[in-house]
Amino acid sequence: MELFAALVDALVYTRSRNEKLRLIAEYLKHTPDPDRGWALAALTDGLSFPAVKASTIRNLMMERVDPVLWVLSRDFVGDTAETASLLWPEPEGGVMAPPGVTEAVETLARMTRMSVMAELPKLLDRLDATGRYALIKLATGGMRIGVSARLAKTAFAQAFEVPVEDVEEYWHGLQPPYGPLFAWAAEGAPPPDAGDVPLFRPFMLAHPLEDATLDLKDYVAEWKWDGIRVQLVHVDNGAGGETRVYSRTGDDISGAFPEMAEALTFPAVLDGELLVRGSHQGGEAGGAASFNALQQRLGRKTVSAKMLAEYPAFVRLYDVLIVEGEDVRDLPWEQRRARLEALMPRLPPERFDLSPVVEAEHFEQLAEIRSNARDEAIEGLMLKRRDSRYVAGRKTGLWYKWKRDPLLVDCVLMYAQRGSGKRSSFYSDYTFGCWDGDPDAGAELLPVGKAYFGFTDEELKQLDRYVRNHTVNRFGPVRETDRSLVFEVAFDSVHASKRHKSGLAMRFPRISRIRWDKPAEEADRIEALQALIRD
Amino acid sequence: MAADVSWIRAEPHGIHIAPADCWIDPSRPVARALVTHGHADHARGGHGETIATPATLAIMELRYQTREGAVPIEYGETIRLGGGVEATCIPAGHVLGSAQILLEHAGERVVITGDYKRRPDPTCPPFEVTPCDVFITEATFGLPVFCHPPVGQEIAKLLKALRDHPGRCVLVGAYALGKAQRLIAELRAAGHGEPIYLHGAMERMCRLYEDFGVNLGELRLVSDHSKDDLRGAIVVCPPSALNDRWSRRLPEPITAMASGWMRVRQRARQQNVELPLIVSDHADWGELTRTIEEVNPAETWITHGREEALLRWCQLHQRRARALALVGYEDEDD
Repeated sequence: MELFAALVDALVYTRSRNEKLRLIAEYLKHTPDPDRGWALAALTDGLSFPAVKASTIRNLMMERVDPVLWVLSRDFVGDTAETASLLWPEPEGGVMAPPGVTEAVETLARMTRMSVMAELPKLLDRLDATGRYALIKLATGGMRIGVSARLAKTAFAQAFEVPVEDVEEYWHGLQPPYGPLFAWAAEGAPPPDAGDVPLFRPFMLAHPLEDATLDLKDYVAEWKWDGIRVQLVHVDNGAGGETRVYSRTGDDISGAFPEMAEALTFPAVLDGELLVRGSHQGGEAGGAASFNALQQRLGRKTVSAKMLAEYPAFVRLYDVLIVEGEDVRDLPWEQRRARLEALMPRLPPERFDLSPVVEAEHFEQLAEIRSNARDEAIEGLMLKRRDSRYVAGRKTGLWYKWKRDPLLVDCVLMYAQRGSGKRSSFYSDYTFGCWDGDPDAGAELLPVGKAYFGFTDEELKQLDRYVRNHTVNRFGPVRETDRSLVFEVAFDSVHASKRHKSGLAMRFPRISRIRWDKPAEEADRIEALQALIRD
Repeated sequence: MAADVSWIRAEPHGIHIAPADCWIDPSRPVARALVTHGHADHARGGHGETIATPATLAIMELRYQTREGAVPIEYGETIRLGGGVEATCIPAGHVLGSAQILLEHAGERVVITGDYKRRPDPTCPPFEVTPCDVFITEATFGLPVFCHPPVGQEIAKLLKALRDHPGRCVLVGAYALGKAQRLIAELRAAGHGEPIYLHGAMERMCRLYEDFGVNLGELRLVSDHSKDDLRGAIVVCPPSALNDRWSRRLPEPITAMASGWMRVRQRARQQNVELPLIVSDHADWGELTRTIEEVNPAETWITHGREEALLRWCQLHQRRARALALVGYEDEDD
């Protein structure tokens, strides 16, 4: 536990991405199994101990510290785990040696809501303040120490000199402490056999088109639909097979979309846009409702029959990765498209349709088609190189996204302030920022605007809860969040301004939607806004 | 027994001793002031008469170019303020020249701590416990989360970082009065004999310390040296210079900060600190509460900091206490 605690501590204070990678890689290289696997799971939010909650920590502290002093301390420090680690009374007399990561994880896993109040203190008593901080963070989940799952996987790849794409692919079939993953990467064992697990494959992503003009001989255009990108994976494991629906971040969202999980019944991996059926929107194979309708279905572990009936989901397919055991990712897009079209008759039409190719003589005509598109479910156009293989991540020159409405920008929530009047108890005024460079290279967020409407009352409640659970700092009525939530912000215009640190001011900004699904590091950079300055 | 002490009052701008018409650490110019120590939130220029220890007066002269009306008072020395009030300066252990002030009038004793700490400090004499009826204490770190580790442990952290990165330098942000010199003196005590490099803003205060007999070893100015000279060296600068363009001239500095606030991770992160050094010139929670117990006053008044929590502690321990609403005292970069 000491080495893990030292790693957590070092990561908290390290800004540089390369240094974080080095720290994690060193730890993974030099720590034995299964400690390093549990540690990796902790860093990537892969552990869950239902018996240990933030309220457990609070209750334990209230038994040991005057409640008023606890509240004052917690308010000042702004983090329950850290406050508790600092205030935990040092045990008197002889103390057992600190637990290893594995012992800590196994002990935590055995705890029940009945036993936790007696068992957790025994672990805490064996640790110093740094160890207690790491243990509480590990136990309550969500380390929030500036390490994304992607970063941890990259560090893993770096530690053992294996391709990060392979790490991502094998990772998804495994449970902590990932024994087979370490055996493969560190000891050259055969790759983990996914066997009958429906594995997630990393998505192929697009670059923004910016001002480029593309030759339509080389590129094909498709609509960019305004839903959420999903991957459907079906494997045949005997008992009728199993299908999972994965989000952009690789989260399994099958539970929220059971009708989609049932709809794919043969072994395949498909890539498409998850949408909700809406009668009032256009579109060719039946309309899709606005993103707002889809939002009703997001973020749920289970879904009611009423929800299923009111907001039926379907997937508009973009691509195929694997079909009947054949990996087609290395085929050019045109051939994959042909395979996808050939699959359509095997898929139930109420759950799947094909994202149509947008025909245009030349690029100018395409630009016109794009600016005339009125369908709310269209975000813009995608341009895909006709000969592009399906490769993980964002490779230059292969796929481009060309958004329709230029006055939309993806920002990251930085601060939230309590509103007034009927919103007085809600954090309802949001300050958001854009990156001032490459977030993976240590760029910072610059505040670009503030908005306090554009969301429903229900969303306000969700946002308020989000802010309270993701606070890293408090300044009177203002809370600083951990910068993990993306807002799509709509605005009328943007102007140069000397009064703002970002050098620009947005007019009439409002929250156009809450991108619960989008990783913060994929929010826009400040240049995206600067390019829209018209005065 | 409740203390009466109606002759001393906490006004928004300082503590007023009515019979002598004298103020303690007033935050605006007055005719006559007693100043506990040289930090800017306690010592302001422009008073008609300033009573303080010789070191504090020298620090004020350096900072505010005020010389007129300076009345030196040594530790242990008692002076008559008039109106039947006597004042005695007692070491507070905070920074060079820092003093508690014991006021005596009509058989009642009041001690004003100013800022203080109980840990040993090679740059100033230690805090002395002085029995009194009313104890007026600071509470900068008045929360139970604040427990400053032994200074040797933090110095060892600094020296280890230096050894681990011979091609870089360790840039330590430290308050220009007190923290910087204490840090240097502690490094010397730990056997670090190499030259220590200073930001220009540190130089005169370090010289002043040396004039008062504090040996800081060989000090050099960053501006006189090339980037290569600074590899493997310790550089001390004011906290404000840590993330300033000034630090670009340094060889891949490891950013450190010597402050009691470094106990809280988010505080360190906010300031981009990679190497937090928990070194404070203030009493931590344990020292604040132990001192109240040792002084054992009839009543405790709490000036500035996290007074709510210390007030709560007094209440839990059946001690009479109240918080004074003084303005102008800030959380300095301790």
